[in-house]
Amino acid sequence: MSPIARTWRWIREHVVLALGLLVLTYMFVPIAVVVLMSFNDPGKSKNVYTFRHFTLHNWMHPCAPAGMCHSVGLSLGIGLLATIIATIIGTMAAFGMVRHEFAGRSLANTVIFLPMASPEIVMGSSLLALFVSTQVALGFVTILIAHVMFCLSFVVVTVKARLTGLDDNLEQAAMDLYANETETFWRVTFPLVLPGILGAALLSFSLSFDDYIITNLNAGQSTTFPMFVWGAAQRGVPMQVNVIGTVMFLIAITLVLGNELNNRRQARALATR
Amino acid sequence: MSQASDGSRSLHLSQVTKEFAAFTAVKSIDLEVPHGSFFALLGPSGCGKTTTLRMVAGLETPTSGSIRIGDTDITYAKPYQRPVNTVFQSYALFPHLDIYENVAFGLRRRRSPEVDRQVKEMLELVELTSQARKKPPQLSGGQQQRVALARALINRPDVLLLDEPLGALDLKLRRAMQLELKRIQTEVGLTFIHVTHDQEEAMTMADTIAVMNAGEIEQMGAPNDLYENPKTTFVANFLGQSNLIAGKVLGPDGDFVKVDMHGVTVSIPVSRAHAAGADGWIGIRPEKVLIAAVGEEIDAPGNHLDGGIVTDVSFVGVSTQYLVRMPWGQELQVFEQNTGRRRLFAKGETVDLSWRPEYAFLLDASQDVTAGIEDD
Repeated sequence: MSPIARTWRWIREHVVLALGLLVLTYMFVPIAVVVLMSFNDPGKSKNVYTFRHFTLHNWMHPCAPAGMCHSVGLSLGIGLLATIIATIIGTMAAFGMVRHEFAGRSLANTVIFLPMASPEIVMGSSLLALFVSTQVALGFVTILIAHVMFCLSFVVVTVKARLTGLDDNLEQAAMDLYANETETFWRVTFPLVLPGILGAALLSFSLSFDDYIITNLNAGQSTTFPMFVWGAAQRGVPMQVNVIGTVMFLIAITLVLGNELNNRRQARALATR
Repeated sequence: MSQASDGSRSLHLSQVTKEFAAFTAVKSIDLEVPHGSFFALLGPSGCGKTTTLRMVAGLETPTSGSIRIGDTDITYAKPYQRPVNTVFQSYALFPHLDIYENVAFGLRRRRSPEVDRQVKEMLELVELTSQARKKPPQLSGGQQQRVALARALINRPDVLLLDEPLGALDLKLRRAMQLELKRIQTEVGLTFIHVTHDQEEAMTMADTIAVMNAGEIEQMGAPNDLYENPKTTFVANFLGQSNLIAGKVLGPDGDFVKVDMHGVTVSIPVSRAHAAGADGWIGIRPEKVLIAAVGEEIDAPGNHLDGGIVTDVSFVGVSTQYLVRMPWGQELQVFEQNTGRRRLFAKGETVDLSWRPEYAFLLDASQDVTAGIEDD
């Protein structure tokens, strides 16, 4: 075989792998930068976007920048509360919309999509108009109301999908096997819909934690983490923001890996039947 | 819940009707299923057999009529309040519970003592002891089917309902499970009500078959009674195959009824004549029809027809199936066992047909002659 043919063959065999690696690189470079910069010591330099010296200072003193940890706490608090409220209301709404025939059901199904479809800036400003005109003081409560609102439709859609895919014979089988309505719900329906509910909760949390536009319009004097970063970016982001970013990334990757390992364990069990 | 003696635990349906918004699924049916019997509800899809089953299970409420087990009226009882369990067509095993917990589900809901011992015995009966800790998706179709059966059976219901439980299995496994189900039913002695559209399956397993069509019970009886003496064209065609020939009733003659069939007078036993008017369909099963060369002595002192022409011959190994065109233009089916003692007839040959009068039956001419023939 000629050297050219050999090279050609090598390229042919590795091109998909190479492209795949490129795509992965493209996706992970920003994260790698965040992780790297969390160990950066910018010194007295104004340019905080250049890596100068390695330091653990940022990790040892994550709360050094004034107001940052407070904003993280606020974001976490709102995220958790909004997730809990939206998940409970949204799950109940999904059950109602899937399980009950009522006038206007298809209309309700369409309307529930609207918050997902409409631009955030529109929703944010209309909420602001609502709060101002009804003289609700802007702050924690208004942010929470806004977050629950936009999380709701995601929860409804996610749980609905899971519920629609549920074989209703299972509930009939439970009733047939002497489980009354309450037992049927808690022993069969709920455990089977739970993955959908958990997925919806995770999605809600990340949407809430992440939101800037709607939050910024309805926050009043409060500052959430995205607002803090946005504000700080004008003067140069403190390196500790990268620490928070890295921690969030680690939590997310742990969740994903845990789920993947669990799936593999189940798949292996399936294979060895 | 009545848990009295065996005699009072039979199932009664009286004038049960189920109407849905657009149609009536079940039209005022009456049924009595004695305790301990294997009963089959047989019919094509959409005949109302599954709706009937679901009403007994409590998953549908009858529009009118009543359902009783012994002396207890269960017409409006919740599914979990009646001594009835179901093996679902799709099995409906709980995917989040392992096999052991699936089987134990009913016992645990009823706070039954000795759950562990009972579950282990039941798993042994269906030969799944080694699979106890697996989840349902890890089992094969046949194993899942046995779990579904065990899960229902362990509760010792007065009535066990089986909704096409073998439909999802391949032919070989289905045959094996039919025998297995029959064995288990005999062993535990419970009432089984089996819904199926497979006439062979119903005949293999059931003591009594009720043939349903369009929401009504066409005929009920032991498998051989239904097959040998069908009362409607639907039953004649749905259970096996029948030749149905138009005829005019001439009148009774002792234990027989004389019928003119295109110029030939044939006799039919009175007990097998179900025609009310002057016209009727003369029915004869293809394997009861004898075929012979012209003039040959036929070993049947019966209704004799000549002038048939063989139009089709299919050799299927155990038997040969002929289509014979009669002088009046109709093609009759004839099955002959390949005993090896008689020669095969060729296409185009002229033959005589004959059958013993006691095998023929007479049906009412007002009925659709093609009812119950499945289109392929």
